[in-house]
Amino acid sequence: MAHLYELTAIELARMLRKKETSSVQITESLLNRIDSVEPNIRAYVDVTRETALEMASEADRRLASGDVRPLTGIPILIKNNMCFRGHRTTCGSRILANFVPPYDATVVTRIKEEGMVILGTANMDEFAMGSSTETSYWGPTRNPWNLDTTPGGSSGGSAAAVAACIATVSLGSDTGGSIRLPASFCGVVGMKPTYGSVSRYGLVAYASSLDQIGPFARDTADLALLLNLICGHDPKDSTSVPRPHPDFTTYLDKPVAGMTLGVPTEFFSKLENPDVSKACAEARSIFERLGVKFTELSLPHLDYGIAAYYIIAPSEASSNLARYDGVKYGHRAEKFDSMIDMYCQTRAEGFGAEVKRRIMLGTYALSSGYYDAYYLKAAKVRTLITNDFKTAFRTCDAIFCPTAPSPPFRIGEKIDDPIQMYLTDVFTIPVNMAGLPGISVPAGLSGDRLPVGFQLVAPHFEEARLVQLAAAFQKETDHHLQRPSL
Amino acid sequence: MDYETVIGLEVHAQLLTDSKAFCSCTTRFGAEPNSNTCPICLGMPGVLPVLNRKALEFTVRMAIACNCEINEVSRFARKNYYYPDLPKNYQISQYELPVAEHGWVDVETPEGVRRIGITRIHMEEDAGKLIHDEQKPVSYVDLNRTGVPLMEVVSEPEIRSPEEAAAYLRALHSILVYLRICDGNMQEGSFRCDANVSVRPRGETAFGVKAELKNMNSFRNVQKALQYEIDRQIEVLTDGGRIVQETRLFDPVSGTTSSMRSKEQAHDYRYFPDPDLLPLHVEPALIDRLKATMPELPSEKKERLIKQFGIPGYDAAVLTASRELAEYFEETVSLFPNPKLVSNWIMTELMRSLKGEETGIACCPVNPKQLAALLQLIDNGTISGKIAKTVFEEMYATGKDPAVIIEEKGLVQVSDKEELAAVIRRVLDENAGEVAKFLGGKTKLMGFFVGQAMKATKGKANPAVVNQILAEELRKKAEGK
Repeated sequence: MAHLYELTAIELARMLRKKETSSVQITESLLNRIDSVEPNIRAYVDVTRETALEMASEADRRLASGDVRPLTGIPILIKNNMCFRGHRTTCGSRILANFVPPYDATVVTRIKEEGMVILGTANMDEFAMGSSTETSYWGPTRNPWNLDTTPGGSSGGSAAAVAACIATVSLGSDTGGSIRLPASFCGVVGMKPTYGSVSRYGLVAYASSLDQIGPFARDTADLALLLNLICGHDPKDSTSVPRPHPDFTTYLDKPVAGMTLGVPTEFFSKLENPDVSKACAEARSIFERLGVKFTELSLPHLDYGIAAYYIIAPSEASSNLARYDGVKYGHRAEKFDSMIDMYCQTRAEGFGAEVKRRIMLGTYALSSGYYDAYYLKAAKVRTLITNDFKTAFRTCDAIFCPTAPSPPFRIGEKIDDPIQMYLTDVFTIPVNMAGLPGISVPAGLSGDRLPVGFQLVAPHFEEARLVQLAAAFQKETDHHLQRPSL
Repeated sequence: MDYETVIGLEVHAQLLTDSKAFCSCTTRFGAEPNSNTCPICLGMPGVLPVLNRKALEFTVRMAIACNCEINEVSRFARKNYYYPDLPKNYQISQYELPVAEHGWVDVETPEGVRRIGITRIHMEEDAGKLIHDEQKPVSYVDLNRTGVPLMEVVSEPEIRSPEEAAAYLRALHSILVYLRICDGNMQEGSFRCDANVSVRPRGETAFGVKAELKNMNSFRNVQKALQYEIDRQIEVLTDGGRIVQETRLFDPVSGTTSSMRSKEQAHDYRYFPDPDLLPLHVEPALIDRLKATMPELPSEKKERLIKQFGIPGYDAAVLTASRELAEYFEETVSLFPNPKLVSNWIMTELMRSLKGEETGIACCPVNPKQLAALLQLIDNGTISGKIAKTVFEEMYATGKDPAVIIEEKGLVQVSDKEELAAVIRRVLDENAGEVAKFLGGKTKLMGFFVGQAMKATKGKANPAVVNQILAEELRKKAEGK
């Protein structure tokens, strides 16, 4: 019989309702698995064991009293940039290494109201700046499929934990691909919802106009369930959109025959990796077997996506991260001889190299005399990219493309070459620039037995369509059932 | 050489909302340090701002009163700079698209009405306060004020003298207070002003190099600082020197300005649109609703008082300086319909008494009903105008009704002819020499006799009756002679 830690949220929820197990038993199963596997993977910043067991006991009380919601008693892991009251929320940075928030992020409040069990906090690239989870102050997370490779980033901990069955489901955040890339690298399903559909309140900001929280799961059914929980208007977030969302689980069994997927020629012409090409071709043939039509289309401004992203995101970051100054909370340098020196020493010690690089980029781009040439130009490119997608969606229901240009790369391979690292996000960044929903779905393993994923992108607020397509695909394949041997 | 002065003013007004601009903390003044705070105004990681709609409404009201064009879409922007009283190290403000632009206000100056252009009106959040320890090298920060909504009103560089600047500030101040969107307290910093000032040879159209003046916390100081700075600049230019662009601080003790930072040291604020706040839409329906509920503004009220009550323009200007004073006037007139007499009393006795108190007309111990009653007592001859002043002082000190005071102090006016004739005859008998001189043609002595009669009655004699009897008695003496 399968271990509790291996089961999906839906399977566990069914058992809980039938009283075949308890939330405490499930949680203990995961905590034991964490004890044996986590030291090799390092997906967690903190395992909040005691809190988890308390939450599990509380969930069991609710289950006994009949006060049950779909995910009551199910364990979850949250990325360490979502404020979790009473637990340090470090963003993978030394500067927040001791920061304990006095409030909960809206997604954390929703998780608590649902009666889920928070197992701990997931490792991440520092302030979500990175594509490999190597820039974390707490050290890199390793890919469960091959411990010498990265899990992708920045939500590497969240993805690796779900793949390694040390979390049932998890939450990540995605600013330029930070959910979809690690989902692809770790062989799990991960979605970045439409900008504005999940509250950002309590998500420590990297680039506010691009950041979006989203779910990781081992299959689309679990993902749909978690999406139901986190989507919805929040008056505390002015960019949150007041519009109802459908029950995503009702899209799990809908046929996809007659739908059209758009294939952007610009994406595939960039593709050099044979493993990714092969996986995408196989996925395409499966969709075709299901009655899905494919049409070629063009997204002409895609080439400028990365360039524009690396103006806008660092600009916002330079302002968002200004508050970490040693005055109020977080790290403060011990030695300084003036207020300005205190700021400088604190920030010099507290931030890592990649964060400093982006703060400098953004500060420069916003400077008087450069604003028009950089920030304003980038904002215009963003509009052009958005319009490209709008035009594309006139001829298709969703866009089909690779999630990443390659299978997982080795730890250390790109960390000293920022441009190569940035190019990892070439297929995901444009989706954030346009604020669209995107999902990464496991598409099989490479020759080296490393996961490869494909990406589907839908029009604004059409997450349900992504669920529908991904679920149909997973009914025909067993890629999502593959597990790394640990 | 003859120089012309160019002044532009930036006024910051704290808005009288109950809660802060982007969170629900109270804006109450004077609480324990850091007690009116929450994760949002403390700038904790992960928090997000949500606009207080009331602050927007207040700003739109001001924009309407200043004849501005209101932008259907405006934007919040981040003004980035590091300072410990600014927890996020950026201030949410507005830059490229303010709430309103292109307005004007009419300002009364000794040379007549001047129309001063308003460049823009925008919203922003206030910063906290630093408190520096005098003994130790330590500073404390109080973030109660952090996030309190501010409105900035920027004038065109059209002000031509310190007097005009003060008049413009008084006009803005009175509009803000009339609209009840700012308490206008300059000492507590609810109403603050920075000035940009330069001089240029008269006839020149290009602007001279400007200095920005800060730290002027009263109308008088604004005027003094500007005058000092203008004189300084003219002196520098006259001596063949050049003005450098800089920020200068006014020292109210010495009455001088000194350099705070040069242009090179000026901040680059790196403004950009705040991604946490959506573009701000001001719907025409909101503007219409606010327009329909606008109170009468100072200039409108002044015109109406002149027309409706026939009082002089000067009186109307003084009375409408504050909404409360004008309301006090109108209420008194409604009870005692002699507008000029009411106006005189308010402008002299009442204003003189109020001067000593900071509380103003709102806390005046004499209410309109009591003042009207007092004027009624003069009008029906119960007391003289002179006694009334004594009664008023007592009313102001005790808050008692005039009738009670008159009763208690026995101040009822004596109008009884018999009684007064006896007093006057005695006065004339006691001053036979003066009577002789009077009869000899020195008619000026009439005043002396009235004075003596008033003195003999401790001021209670009805002056009109005294005058009448005196004239009769003196005529009798003349005829008897």
